[in-house]
Amino acid sequence: MKRMSPSVETPGDTDAIAVERTLAGDRDAFRVLVERHSHNVFRLAYRMTGNQHDAEEVVQETFLRAYQKLSQFAERANFGTWVYRIAANYAIDRMRQRRTEDAQRELPGRGVDEGLELDPMNIVPDAAPSPERLAQSGELAEHMRRAMNALTPAERTAFVMRHWGGSGIEEIAVALKSSTSAAKNTVFRSVQKLRQALGPFVERRGQARAMGTDL
Amino acid sequence: MKHPNEEELIAYHDGEVSRREATTQHLADCGECRAELERIEAVLAALDTMPVPDPGDNYGRRVWQQIAPRLPERRARWWDFGVSRHSGGRWLEPRRWAAAGAIAALAIAAFLAGRVTKHAGPEPTAADASQVRERVLIMAVGEHLGRSEMVLVELANAEPANAKQKQVNISGEQRRAEDLLEENRLYRQTALEQGDTLLANVLDELERVLLDVAHSPDKVTPAQLEAIRQRIEARGILFKVRVVGKELQQREESTKTSPGENGSTKKERNKA
Repeated sequence: MKRMSPSVETPGDTDAIAVERTLAGDRDAFRVLVERHSHNVFRLAYRMTGNQHDAEEVVQETFLRAYQKLSQFAERANFGTWVYRIAANYAIDRMRQRRTEDAQRELPGRGVDEGLELDPMNIVPDAAPSPERLAQSGELAEHMRRAMNALTPAERTAFVMRHWGGSGIEEIAVALKSSTSAAKNTVFRSVQKLRQALGPFVERRGQARAMGTDL
Repeated sequence: MKHPNEEELIAYHDGEVSRREATTQHLADCGECRAELERIEAVLAALDTMPVPDPGDNYGRRVWQQIAPRLPERRARWWDFGVSRHSGGRWLEPRRWAAAGAIAALAIAAFLAGRVTKHAGPEPTAADASQVRERVLIMAVGEHLGRSEMVLVELANAEPANAKQKQVNISGEQRRAEDLLEENRLYRQTALEQGDTLLANVLDELERVLLDVAHSPDKVTPAQLEAIRQRIEARGILFKVRVVGKELQQREESTKTSPGENGSTKKERNKA
């Protein structure tokens, strides 16, 4: 007898099996999906919320929602992409809620007008540090964090999904509950703001490297 | 083509297809626009370096532990045969279907072989039915042994993901061992019923090894892994699995060519 070589199952195949088993009543089968996709969802959630605590909450809520909506999951779909979209949807709600809470708690005199927070002038550093210091201290990372935090939840979601998630405009539009042209515009606005906030530092870094002073 | 604006350059960077060729051509000719695109890319490249904390190797398990108590029980759908989570849900695993299918095929094959020999064969013999049954079992068990061998070989070669890690994650092998266990029990019982004591014995030993693996911790230290390997080696199970697999291969060939000899060879092998 010719021994059959063990079948090679792709993650997509085993995801589909786990979904089917979960739908059949085997709750433990969902564990496979949670364990397999938690890291990816966490990375998305962290980039969107900017902090570990919120990111972990987003991950938990995402999988709870995925379990509840599992019957809506189409077999042809990719579970990773599907759960990613659920995470983006929840993360954007969570960011909006967090901003409202923060605004009420820390800035009682200030409204939550996103337009004010959007102003690129608000995210330009107070005093531009020297390129050497930037390179040495990782201050650029801090500026990037601040620039990302200065985006609106919709812009941040659009940017993260587009540039780190590789999502298409249509998918982003679904997450933002907007038209595709509005989603496209949101992606553009996010990059434009990040450029305005970070361009000077990145260019200085490049300059420093060219001059041989970058450490 | 006129100079693309910032939005168009960002879209170009994102791989958008509209007017892509024209933009590429323009960028080749226009140093100013090329420099602008490089500035956009520099900012995006810098953002790519933003660190994301590592939640740890066991993060997936932690998430599961946090959400599991909050997951409602799901009612099985009628087309899943109304099986409950505890008793039947796991039967949806394709490999279990394969095992169950093989056992069912034995019964069907026996019935059909009986009918064929009753009406068509000039000299109906019980050996024909037995031969068909045995071939079905041989094929199914051969594949099962192949999968078991894979798990054991992977376990023998398992090592930490990187030199810094002190533990080895064997959760994948564990889950597969759990799956193989149920199949193994079915095949062992069937082999016993068929009077194939050697095969039943090897499957019995394999069952103990699979149990051992299935009941080990998800993550083991290199020393614990070595202990598991030694227990596997002490039983010589990998060798036995390979030998029986090879023998099953020969038996399948022999059932094709010389049906009359089949029963006697099995008896002699069992004696040995």
